[in-house]
Amino acid sequence: MTRNERAVDVLVVGAGPAGLGAGAELAASGAGRVEILERELDAGGVPRHCHHSGFGGRLRGGDTGPDYARQCVRAAVRAGAVLRTGVTVTGWVNATTAGSAADGPADAPSPAGAHVLDVTGPAGLERITARAVVLATGARERPRSARLIPGGRPSGVYTTGELQQAVHLYGQPVGSRAVVIGNEPVGHAAADTLRTAGVEVVAMVTDQPPSPVAALLRLQGRCPLLTRATVIGLSGRARLTGVTLRHEDGRTLTVPCDTVVLTGDFVPDHELARRGGLTLDPGTRGPAYDPEYRTSRPGVFAVGNLLHGVERAGVASSEGRAAAAPVLRHLAGTVPPARRPVPLAVDAPLLWIAPNRTGPAGARPLRGRFVLRTARRLDHPVLVVTQDGRELDRQRLLLPAVPGRPFHLGAGWLERADPHGGTVRITAV
Amino acid sequence: MTPTVTTSGDLPGGATYDVTVIGGGVVGAAVARELAKYPLRTALVEARDDIGEGTSKANTAILHTGFDAVPGSLEARLVREGQRLLAGYATGSGIPVERVGALLVAWDEEQRALLPGLLAKAERNGYHAGRLLGAEELYGREPRLGPGALGALEIPDESIICPWTTPLAYATQAVRAGVHLHLGCRVLSIESGPYSGSDTGSGAAGGRHTLTTSRGPLHTRYLVNAAGLYADEIDRRMGLDTFTVTPRRGELMVFDKLARDLVRHILLPVPTAAGKGVLVAPTVFGNVLLGPTSEELDDKTDTDSSADGLHFLQEKGRRILPELLDEEVTAVYAGLRAATGQEDYRIQAHPDRRCVTVGGIRSTGLTASMAIAAHVTGLLDGIGLDLGTPRELPAVTMPNLGEAFPRPYLRADLIGRDPAYGTIVCHCERVTLGEIRDALSATVPPGSPDGLRRRTRAGGGRCQGFACGPAVRALFEGARP
Ligand SMILES: Cc1cc2nc3c(=O)[nH]c(=O)nc-3n(C[C@H](O)[C@H](O)[C@H](O)COP(=O)(O)OP(=O)(O)OC[C@H]3O[C@@H](n4cnc5c(N)ncnc54)[C@H](O)[C@@H]3O)c2cc1C
Ligand SMILES: Cc1cc2nc3c(=O)[nH]c(=O)nc-3n(C[C@H](O)[C@H](O)[C@H](O)COP(=O)(O)OP(=O)(O)OC[C@H]3O[C@@H](n4cnc5c(N)ncnc54)[C@H](O)[C@@H]3O)c2cc1C
Repeated sequence: MTRNERAVDVLVVGAGPAGLGAGAELAASGAGRVEILERELDAGGVPRHCHHSGFGGRLRGGDTGPDYARQCVRAAVRAGAVLRTGVTVTGWVNATTAGSAADGPADAPSPAGAHVLDVTGPAGLERITARAVVLATGARERPRSARLIPGGRPSGVYTTGELQQAVHLYGQPVGSRAVVIGNEPVGHAAADTLRTAGVEVVAMVTDQPPSPVAALLRLQGRCPLLTRATVIGLSGRARLTGVTLRHEDGRTLTVPCDTVVLTGDFVPDHELARRGGLTLDPGTRGPAYDPEYRTSRPGVFAVGNLLHGVERAGVASSEGRAAAAPVLRHLAGTVPPARRPVPLAVDAPLLWIAPNRTGPAGARPLRGRFVLRTARRLDHPVLVVTQDGRELDRQRLLLPAVPGRPFHLGAGWLERADPHGGTVRITAV
Repeated sequence: MTPTVTTSGDLPGGATYDVTVIGGGVVGAAVARELAKYPLRTALVEARDDIGEGTSKANTAILHTGFDAVPGSLEARLVREGQRLLAGYATGSGIPVERVGALLVAWDEEQRALLPGLLAKAERNGYHAGRLLGAEELYGREPRLGPGALGALEIPDESIICPWTTPLAYATQAVRAGVHLHLGCRVLSIESGPYSGSDTGSGAAGGRHTLTTSRGPLHTRYLVNAAGLYADEIDRRMGLDTFTVTPRRGELMVFDKLARDLVRHILLPVPTAAGKGVLVAPTVFGNVLLGPTSEELDDKTDTDSSADGLHFLQEKGRRILPELLDEEVTAVYAGLRAATGQEDYRIQAHPDRRCVTVGGIRSTGLTASMAIAAHVTGLLDGIGLDLGTPRELPAVTMPNLGEAFPRPYLRADLIGRDPAYGTIVCHCERVTLGEIRDALSATVPPGSPDGLRRRTRAGGGRCQGFACGPAVRALFEGARP
């Protein structure tokens, strides 16, 4: 095999806000050669095709996605990170075990503790040895197949990611009458994109009950919001002709349309993480990680939407920057003595918590709080933290917890957790 | 010779074809390829905008040994011969095949009791490598199998194959050897009369058919009806009332590539009185397939999936390979088997009509295609078509879509010569710009982004276009005349 073999100090996979944030901070703090690889021809990640504003500082009203993406790119490059686009990390050479040369194939001498990844780009094949790896591969929306929506296979079925690229990056015609599935912020972004493209949004659909406040604020002059409804079928052979919905009470309804956008329902792009043998968290489906962004494989860190599905771009970027300090400690060999990480788990209707492992003593998650999601609306819930039957904390939320949106749990109880104890459970009561 | 592939407008006029094959599925394409060996004027006409758009694109993609066919039937013979022919052809032409072997898993005593009989049946079908396995050996071979399996019958030669490349390879080779391919050309009616042209070869069986198609008239001396689900209707247009096709739908689920390591063999159900059951099989693309269902319909276009069907498959799959259900589903599709109320194929020559009907190629047509083609050619000879002397066809090399063989994104040699093979466009399936460009300018080019997917895998991965959909569509549109 003819692979160009090279070595770097830190390899960052993915140049979205998270990877660019990590690369910028690492390069600025003297981590050595920091290389960010991006498989798309343009760096910036998802914001590249989010033409609405709302990115970056909330106080300033926010930038458009493409502007925000450019700022992230500029910051990383200016700090001295090497950014290469059109280059895909395709796999690990030493897949399951971290480190020792004896584990890798004979043609891949890997210094103890280093990671070796294979890369494809127009310039050829490479094999890159890195002392630390930061995975920032993002998340995607589940497509129609993964949501098991039955029916025909007509054209006109989109996710928001595909829709935004079609409209904003390629100027492709979309359709004329659309139904948007999902009422989370990303669903509204999809509706905005449709309107920009001259498509009439005939309905938005959510399986959730109506929210009293949102109903008052949103419906003026906008499309109807159908609540407590799920998609049970798509009709049409060549082109979509309708979406069939079922209301919680059993009634069904077919809405004629030629376009449907399936929004939200994010799943981490965890292929590389799994191929590298990283333990996944059963809730997030991203790599299990601790407040220092450490995964189950020493020297492999993870940041951004890969960890937890969609968050605001600013959060992803901050995670990337926050991961720099633990990566630097790893490079310097000053990692605190290994401690068995204690898993964190949630009870239904909570879906997941992130981070989902405890870290070294004193380590705190971003902004001193954990992020969570719920499957159904909870009005002013109390989050109870227990370990082995012992209550560690109890926190009342001031706002309702709503599906598809983050809410938080303060991390103050962490020092009360027994590092030798069992799983810490979070329950909403 | 410039290949003749037409997709729109009036059909080119000119001399009467010697043979016209109706239907560009895997069977029709195989027949056209076989006829291409002979000095004949042959046409392949297909209603859809591409080869293999019917049942041939939506099956379970297994290259069967025919171990469980009805001994002595035509199907048993053609599947056995077809498997050998296609396995050899695939190696030479770059169609991915993996000999993973099959295990028929018995989940209860009734099923276990049936295994020795199935082994004996395999022997009667000329298949001698079958072997019975106990539970312990079975779990050693398939550690992720759900609990409760009692044993299995092993058929080591059952293989998986690329269902899309196969008909394309046939059609490509046929077209390059001079067969005219007319796409978007639906046969509407057939009139058969005495032959009055100046071409050679009239004689005793002289006479010609005039096909009225959606693209104008077409004249031909002989006809092969390989219209799949519509073979009964084509026959009826010629005044033949031989059988009725009832579509039998099979729904399937394709699981993420990250599930591939869960299973090593094709896990076949033991056929019982209650039906053929559901299988779990790897695909040559590196995914895992679960299906099919079996449901009689009366709509020949109903390839919808259903909530009940998917639910049924999930239940079956959970029993066979519990961890499979934790993985993401990449695709769901349905195919229609052309059932005719008879187990065996219905391949019949009609000497007075100068026609061969290839009907009822229900659930083994991919495997048997090359043997069916040879058989049909023999039947044409038998009803008076003077075939002439055959020649070897120039070999064809198809782009590799199989995970078990090196794909362009891993080939330094290709990328070194042309960076487009290092430019990945579809990330989930790792399809490069070079491959897409090649497919768009191939001998038989795609008629839609879907056709491009069947030639390259572009857009067929876990994200279903979230990342690359618009880019792939733009490349497709950009290549359109
Ligand atoms: C429709 C939509 C609207 C949104 N609107 C807003 C908003 O208004 N405000 C806001 O703050 N946030 C918004 N967000 C959220 C924000 O875009 C994301 O949170 C942010 O992009 C996450 O950053 P990331 O770096 O984790 O992932 P991504 O942005 O997804 O970046 C991941 C990158 O990794 C690359 N990659 C993946 N695998 C590989 C590999 N193997 N090799 C090389 N590269 C690889 C990908 O190509 C991609 O560029 C929106 C998101 C969506 C989908
Ligand atoms: C669920 C399922 C699983 C299967 N699994 C396997 C398997 O694992 N292994 C295997 O070997 N086989 C399998 N099969 C069987 C195999 O797919 C079929 O036997 C084979 O595809 C039949 O090919 P065909 O060319 O006869 O039909 P088709 O592919 O349907 O081709 C017929 C063509 O004729 C065209 N046509 C029809 N009417 C007209 C007209 N009037 N004018 C012009 N063109 C016309 C159609 O458009 C179509 O393209 C399976 C089938 C199903 C449904």
